[in-house]
Amino acid sequence: MPRDTVIKLLFATGPSINTRLLVAVIASVALLAMDHGSPRLDAVRATLSVFTDSLKYLVDMPSGLINQASDATSTYSTLKKENETLREEQFINKTRLLKFDALEKENIRLRALLENSFKLGEQVLIAELISINMAPFEHIVVVNKGTRFGVHPQQPVLDANGVVGQVFRALPFTAEIMLITDPSHAIPVQVNRNGLLTIAVGSGQLNRLSLPYLPANADIQPGDLLITSGLGGTFPAGYPVAVVDNFNPADSKSFINVTATPKALLDRNRELLIVWGNKAPVQLLKDQTTDIKVPEVNKHE
Amino acid sequence: MNNYTGFGRIFFTLVVAMCLRILPWPNAVAAINPDWVLLALIYWTLAIPERVGIFYAWTFGLLVDVLTGRLLGQYALAYSLVIYLCLMLHKRLRQFPLPQQGMFIFFCLLLSQFLLFLIKNLQQPGEFPATFWLPVFTGTLCWPLVFTFLRFVRRSRIFK
Repeated sequence: MPRDTVIKLLFATGPSINTRLLVAVIASVALLAMDHGSPRLDAVRATLSVFTDSLKYLVDMPSGLINQASDATSTYSTLKKENETLREEQFINKTRLLKFDALEKENIRLRALLENSFKLGEQVLIAELISINMAPFEHIVVVNKGTRFGVHPQQPVLDANGVVGQVFRALPFTAEIMLITDPSHAIPVQVNRNGLLTIAVGSGQLNRLSLPYLPANADIQPGDLLITSGLGGTFPAGYPVAVVDNFNPADSKSFINVTATPKALLDRNRELLIVWGNKAPVQLLKDQTTDIKVPEVNKHE
Repeated sequence: MNNYTGFGRIFFTLVVAMCLRILPWPNAVAAINPDWVLLALIYWTLAIPERVGIFYAWTFGLLVDVLTGRLLGQYALAYSLVIYLCLMLHKRLRQFPLPQQGMFIFFCLLLSQFLLFLIKNLQQPGEFPATFWLPVFTGTLCWPLVFTFLRFVRRSRIFK
């Protein structure tokens, strides 16, 4: 439109602002009612997210560039040192895995003896964090893999040390991940030492989980490792979650106040693993037990 | 002088505001990060009410909903109501000195935050930290800055 043809509309045409407000309010309330607790509007959100996700990537670009620059400028000696430590670590891990393989096969055989089913290994996808701060009071992070990579809500997310959280919402190009420390997140856990089952609830602090449902006489000690129990079906069983902190044994209360420190480095990681658990366990037949194959953990990317 | 402001310029400032909204501030700053999009919308409504109004407020509200992962319609509702007030009062507001304008902005931000608080509480009742209300104050303090910057953008001939 050429600039001189624009006229200030002194006498407004179209609906009055009262009507417009009414329409806007009705539309918003309708959206709120439809979006609350149901996936009806996911398609709308996914469409709009194409625009907002590009903003997220744009905001992330400077920190990504800084990371790349620091990679490019790191000296030969630091790289060599890093390489050496990584190689050592890998060596140790490999030898551990050798044993793990044997143990897993033994486990399958034992389970077969008990006529139990066995869960297959999980598939993982590496996703990178996008450094943005979406909502200050929620522990939600955004990663650069979305429904285009098959990510879907409620998938567990791990890092090299333990459980990070679960996929909260998957958009085409990004996914929002709720950390286990979010106040509205709870994860079913088990004390590794004795199998005691409980639930770990997020505390709102990045380095704390709380265990509010433990009776005063529960067998739990500072330093106990908490692992996922697999109950609830979201998280696969057996991944480390947190280590129990020091606490005062209860004197007269019926519940004790226990907290735990997450194993995963929630505030320092840039790479996360999104996991596809195998929901349906493979039923073992008696004659299959000798030559069962343990599937390796697959990695795409 | 022709004061015509193109759509591109308005869109550009609102996009910048949305980026400011999600910048990876450290947590202490993120807790007081003001609602830049609403401030920008208020400015444009007061400056050119015949072009920027409830439609803009609703659309960008919806985009902010998606951007910050809220229930759809939450920011759209809050922004529409605030911008409606601005449209009703824009002639008076232009005459106000800056402190008085600041009072009005404070009220607008408070209204928006209160609506968000209500909706969030309906969705999932829970405790809110007192810091939830801090962006209202920082937003009011940032208003002179936003006002000066956006007036510069509107009047400058750089962005043609």
